[in-house]
Amino acid sequence: MEVRENIRAFIGQHLIVFNDDVSFTDEDNIFELGFVNSLFAMKLLNYVEHTFDIVLENEDIDINNFSSVNNIERLIAGKLSSTAGNE
Amino acid sequence: MKDIKCVIWDLDNTIWEGTLLEDKTVTLRDGIREVLEELDNRGILHSVASKNNYEEAVGKLEELGIAHYFLFPQVSWNAKSHAVSTIQEQLNLGADTFLFIDDQPFEREEVKNVHPKISCIDAAEFRLLLTDKRLQPKFITTDSRRRRFMYLEAAERNRQEEAFRGPKEQFLAQLNMELLISPATEEDLERAEELTLRTNQYNATGTIYSYEELNYFRISPDHDLLVCELTDKFGSYGKIGLALVEKQSSYWHLRMILISCRVISHGIGTVLLNYILNQAFQTGKKVRADFQQTDRNRMMYLTFKFAGFTVLTNEAGLILFENEAAQLLKLPGYIKITDHQLISKWK
Repeated sequence: MEVRENIRAFIGQHLIVFNDDVSFTDEDNIFELGFVNSLFAMKLLNYVEHTFDIVLENEDIDINNFSSVNNIERLIAGKLSSTAGNE
Repeated sequence: MKDIKCVIWDLDNTIWEGTLLEDKTVTLRDGIREVLEELDNRGILHSVASKNNYEEAVGKLEELGIAHYFLFPQVSWNAKSHAVSTIQEQLNLGADTFLFIDDQPFEREEVKNVHPKISCIDAAEFRLLLTDKRLQPKFITTDSRRRRFMYLEAAERNRQEEAFRGPKEQFLAQLNMELLISPATEEDLERAEELTLRTNQYNATGTIYSYEELNYFRISPDHDLLVCELTDKFGSYGKIGLALVEKQSSYWHLRMILISCRVISHGIGTVLLNYILNQAFQTGKKVRADFQQTDRNRMMYLTFKFAGFTVLTNEAGLILFENEAAQLLKLPGYIKITDHQLISKWK
């Protein structure tokens, strides 16, 4: 839950939305909600890597992994469990 | 060897003779003014990393009539490597495009130690800057001559943005940004070559094109060489983007797309890419794009993926992307796109 809140706050702060006062659920597609430009995408990537201490590979960089709060959380959880498995 | 985009100067016994803390009447070193002016004319930026009291040192630069040359001067008692990091962040330029000049071997060592890619030279050799190949751009364009002013305008924008209360999109909307996308003219080619040389972060291939090659594509009926200029209420950012489209019967092949690092923060790269994709999709064409992965253009990879491109082939980082034209891409309301000349060409 905490992870989700964290991701949600980041998106709320950085995404340039198409309409003012927009609200979004954890399922909503953020790519339809706002203008996902390169800088936002890069910030989101850096945020995920630094906040959760994971490294994203080229194959992780897929629009579906980043399209909603839930999907981002799933991506992070997947990366964290695969790292733990290696130790 | 990378071209130098910014020279970072020490002050005591480098810009002026003597140490300001000990002697308030220090005088400008003979020949310094000419070097500053000449490099400024060539579009090379200047900054300062000095251990002094800020007010005093900047006051002295003003008194000497050279303060206006220096962007983001860093004067404090912190390590100079720290000053260099701050300047690099402010200008958003690669470390290997900076040159640090100081009379103290210790300071040069300290900077070099933290920033191994930065060139460091002894202040005694300052005259060599005028003949150093890395400080001699092949062309001096309107954009390069105005470079210092464009950074100053950008700093003013940033200051206003930080002071702005309210959503980011409201701030962007009141900038009245306009992106002019047009077919390259002969007059654009020097700047176009310069852009292929200078752009690293938002650059799909990193290929450097010569004036002659660009002129070939400009005239070729199978290619469209596009140039973008961005303006807002503060003035023009100059020619800040370039794209090369090769037209095949069933798809458009994006051979090059690049955007100056000065305007990435406004989402211009994505606007240009989405614009080109939409033009292709509207005529029923797919889009392919060349991409060469480097350690600095991850943002570009991300942009392609998030715009719906998939990897067709990948040979050791040389990637061919394809976009199947699933749906038109969205463009933000805060930028007006003007493309009259292209429309008449494409329709």
